[in-house]
Amino acid sequence: MNIMLLIQAKPDWQVLAQDAARLLMPEMLVILFACFVLVLEFMLTPEQRRWAAYLSLAGLGAAGLSLALMFVKFTTAEVGFYEMVVVDGFALVFKVIFLLAAIFTIALSIKFLDVENEQRGEYYSLILFATAGMMFMASGADLLSIFISFELMALTTYILVAYLKRDRRSNEAAMKYFLLGIFSSGIFLYGMSLIYGLTAETNLTKIADTLARLARQQAPQATGFVAMAGMIFIAAAMFFKIAAVPFHMWCPDAYEGAPTSVTAFMSVGPKAAAFAIFARIFIDGLPGLRGDLTGESFGWVGLLAIVSALTMTWGNIAALTQNSAKRLMAYSSISHAGYLLLGLIAGNETGYIGLVIYLFVYVFMNLGAWGVIVAQRRASILGERVDDFNGLIHRSPGMAVMMTIFLLSLTGIPPTAGFVGKYFLFAGLIETGNAWLIALCVLAVINTAISLYYYARFIKAMFMSDVKEEEPLALSTSLRATLVTATVMVLLVGVYPRPFIAFTENATRHLLGL
Amino acid sequence: MNEQILAQYHILTIVTWLPAVGAIILLFFDKRRKAGIRLFANLWAVLCLIPALFLVTYDRHLGGIQFIEDVNWIPQIGARYQLGVDGISVVLIILTALIGVIAVYCSWDYIQDRVKEYYILLLLLQTGILGVFASMDMFLFYVFWEVMLVPMYFIIGVWGSENRLYAAIKFFLYTLVGSVVMLLAILKLYFIFPEYLSQHPRSEEILRSVTVAAQMISGENESMLRMIQFAIDRAANGLPTFNIMAMQALGTARLDGQPVIPLDLQIWLFAGFFLSFAIKVPMFPFHTWLPDAHTEAPTAGSVILAGILLKLGTYGFVRFNLPILPDASKDPRVIQVMVFLAIMGIVYGALVAMAQRDWKRLVAYSSVSHMGMIMLGIFALNENALNGAVLQMLNHGISTSALFLIVGVVYERRHTRLIADYSGLSHVMPGFAAVFMIMTMSSIGLPMLNGFIGEFLILRGVFEENKLWAAFAATGIVLGAGYMLWLYQRTMFGQVTHEANKKLPDLYKREWAYFLPLVFLAFWIGLYPKPVLSYFSKPVEIIVQQVRPGYAGKELPIRAGGPSRKRAVPIAARHANSGE
Repeated sequence: MNIMLLIQAKPDWQVLAQDAARLLMPEMLVILFACFVLVLEFMLTPEQRRWAAYLSLAGLGAAGLSLALMFVKFTTAEVGFYEMVVVDGFALVFKVIFLLAAIFTIALSIKFLDVENEQRGEYYSLILFATAGMMFMASGADLLSIFISFELMALTTYILVAYLKRDRRSNEAAMKYFLLGIFSSGIFLYGMSLIYGLTAETNLTKIADTLARLARQQAPQATGFVAMAGMIFIAAAMFFKIAAVPFHMWCPDAYEGAPTSVTAFMSVGPKAAAFAIFARIFIDGLPGLRGDLTGESFGWVGLLAIVSALTMTWGNIAALTQNSAKRLMAYSSISHAGYLLLGLIAGNETGYIGLVIYLFVYVFMNLGAWGVIVAQRRASILGERVDDFNGLIHRSPGMAVMMTIFLLSLTGIPPTAGFVGKYFLFAGLIETGNAWLIALCVLAVINTAISLYYYARFIKAMFMSDVKEEEPLALSTSLRATLVTATVMVLLVGVYPRPFIAFTENATRHLLGL
Repeated sequence: MNEQILAQYHILTIVTWLPAVGAIILLFFDKRRKAGIRLFANLWAVLCLIPALFLVTYDRHLGGIQFIEDVNWIPQIGARYQLGVDGISVVLIILTALIGVIAVYCSWDYIQDRVKEYYILLLLLQTGILGVFASMDMFLFYVFWEVMLVPMYFIIGVWGSENRLYAAIKFFLYTLVGSVVMLLAILKLYFIFPEYLSQHPRSEEILRSVTVAAQMISGENESMLRMIQFAIDRAANGLPTFNIMAMQALGTARLDGQPVIPLDLQIWLFAGFFLSFAIKVPMFPFHTWLPDAHTEAPTAGSVILAGILLKLGTYGFVRFNLPILPDASKDPRVIQVMVFLAIMGIVYGALVAMAQRDWKRLVAYSSVSHMGMIMLGIFALNENALNGAVLQMLNHGISTSALFLIVGVVYERRHTRLIADYSGLSHVMPGFAAVFMIMTMSSIGLPMLNGFIGEFLILRGVFEENKLWAAFAATGIVLGAGYMLWLYQRTMFGQVTHEANKKLPDLYKREWAYFLPLVFLAFWIGLYPKPVLSYFSKPVEIIVQQVRPGYAGKELPIRAGGPSRKRAVPIAARHANSGE
């Protein structure tokens, strides 16, 4: 009997192995290296600890190479693992974003962990696991696979926030983040259960088909209500992950308490991943609940529009009064979640390009800015207040100039990458021609102007305030390389966006169903 | 053809980017070698002026956009690197390059710390401004428009006087609010253009009408027509474009005598552009950033702000609002608002200037008043007034720059700007008093000096439209004479009351060197304005035709039989056409 089962199961194993080799090579490499780093940790003397970081970078590099191969190989979407996993342009573009975020984060972390005296292999291993989770998220075609990979990412991030275990702030932040995070996961599951209860499907495209059939056939009122409730619960969980108002409360605390390098990672990686599944679930799974803004039918566009307006405005206003650089950047990141939602709301090619390219450039500009904040941390100085940047131009002119470029990019001043992203987000809304969306766009541009004020506080501190201490910042080579790369990318995307738009079009083709 | 040869050498690219190249070279200088940096920056500024002077070969008979350069930039959105200038931009570009030299030169002694950064920013600023005047693509235009804010923010914020941080961020925020709203208007235009030409139920007719309009705008200028036609062809296939001239053709096009862009939409778009340009000009009540920014900025910053940056606002109205949204521009409601704000600016600016105790602030408020006059000239919407407005942009650039330099001269010697700290300076600094007198007269519009020609043309044009407006504008001139002469009297005449003022040196050779070109220009334009006027009288004529088809008896090919009011031939046009 057992033997019979095994014989029957064998083809399955073959299929799975084939799928894994064909579709999930980058993820497998990342996980392999993550385990390897974990084991290696025990064999290294304290002086050799940095090797864990180099090995992780090598793993990410290998994953990047195999991803590049997949870009060449896959011209159409491929589904595997019994329709659990899909590899399409959308997934591939997001995987590139995650890998970049992980590589930059590790490069930022090496020196930082030395200063904190917490150089350990598990840190890098956790980042790799989180990256693998995010990459699976981008590939998720089924509510189950999405949820599992979502949890993989979330759990590792909780641990990373608590990484400085002797630091009370880090512990407090992790506790807050964890409690609220698992609560939101519960809500996410609840929303999924409602959708599943209604459609008896977990695959996103099948859910969409079934919902469309149900809406045509039987009791559209009742099914509509359940589907709507499910959609709202899922949306709430997503809002939590991207830190959209009113689910943003954890964000400033977690960002402030977490080790700065982890904050940097959280602000780009998990956020982009959350947007990836947000787009995937809502555009692939729940297109019927989109609704419109003419007042005919309420759907997720209306919900997103309201949340986006609140998020942009509140994020920007709250950032105005912050004195801690980390909290300020946390609110800035909240407001950016608001801008990013605009891409989903617009729902046209321009808007989707905006969403993806903004997430792409956000890696460079935000990680760059966080990198400069990380560099402020020295043995005796926390370097987390805006005042700590005073007179940076005299101490480290290169850093000050690079930080200025990142901040201008976050504001969206051309010719930086941030402008290209904002251009597409705003253009997407204008293209719809809907009066409400144009009003939303006006709000967004006004928010852009508000954001200038708090970003300019850094610039003012760096260039126009007197120096507090003379000691120049000692930068590690990896940190300097990261910052220079980020600066070059921010300017390159800003001045010559052509190839990068073409790159993101890989992702948007899928969202548009082409 | 001279023009084509120069375009082949990418004259506009050179003019625009040469300052930025200088900034990049400066990066490699050792920041402690201040003398070397200074010398290089000054030589480079002069070098930047030379290619700009080649633009005088602009063909005035042909008119239209010349020296066109066109490279594909971001094909996905149809943004192109398109440069080109018409007579209006030529004049303003040369002014910019000249003021750039003066601004760099006048900082020789004034800027002592962080010299390297200062010159880098000044040169980058120059590129930003020149790019705005040379762009023929709205996307490119917007990029330059915003880029320019950053160096100016730093120049005010780092090298300004006591209240500089406040002034710097106020300047940045105000102008950014305006420009992001303008971005939305640009985007709307960008999306409706291909929509009208390819998806509209009557797209065929619109296409024909836009093509005719393009021919009308281009006249005999074939390279310009090719540029517009390229954009129109794209749009006819549903592909968007940012070409400014193509948008102008769309704005001018008519369908059954009605504008293609509906009036409601035009007024919304007008409002979007208006906010950006009105803040830049600045028009009352958006002027409040100006006194702070001008007063706190270092002398070179004030000179560039007053001399050039403000003109970007009026240039925007002439380039965008009038020709792209002609029906909104001539809508009586809009004109009422614009003229009201312009007159408020003239009178209010003059009255507030009169009440100032700070020399530099007085000059700053006088700018509000003068720019109001230019706005009034623009929205009188006839050739004389518009010619006067463009000429006055130039004149204001000359005279106000000089006035800020004059304040800078005494500030460098005494480190105070209070008018009460000075009196009887004409006894100790006769040369300075003479220059100040000439520039005061230029500013208040004395005949034989440049201000007179501009103000006369504006007033004449405004008078043709509405006598009451002209009366108000004339009041502004009277008040202007009042505050300027009173300032002159308080500072230059009487006894020398302050001990410190008794030994003030007169103008140094270096200071003479930057005043003399301005004095020369003031007299030249005052005595013989024809060469300058001839550069923009033809573009101005076309803009007026775009806004008011059939104005002054001239028929527009696309709208036969429109009401043509018989008007006197504008004197500016007569000047330009006779004897050429």
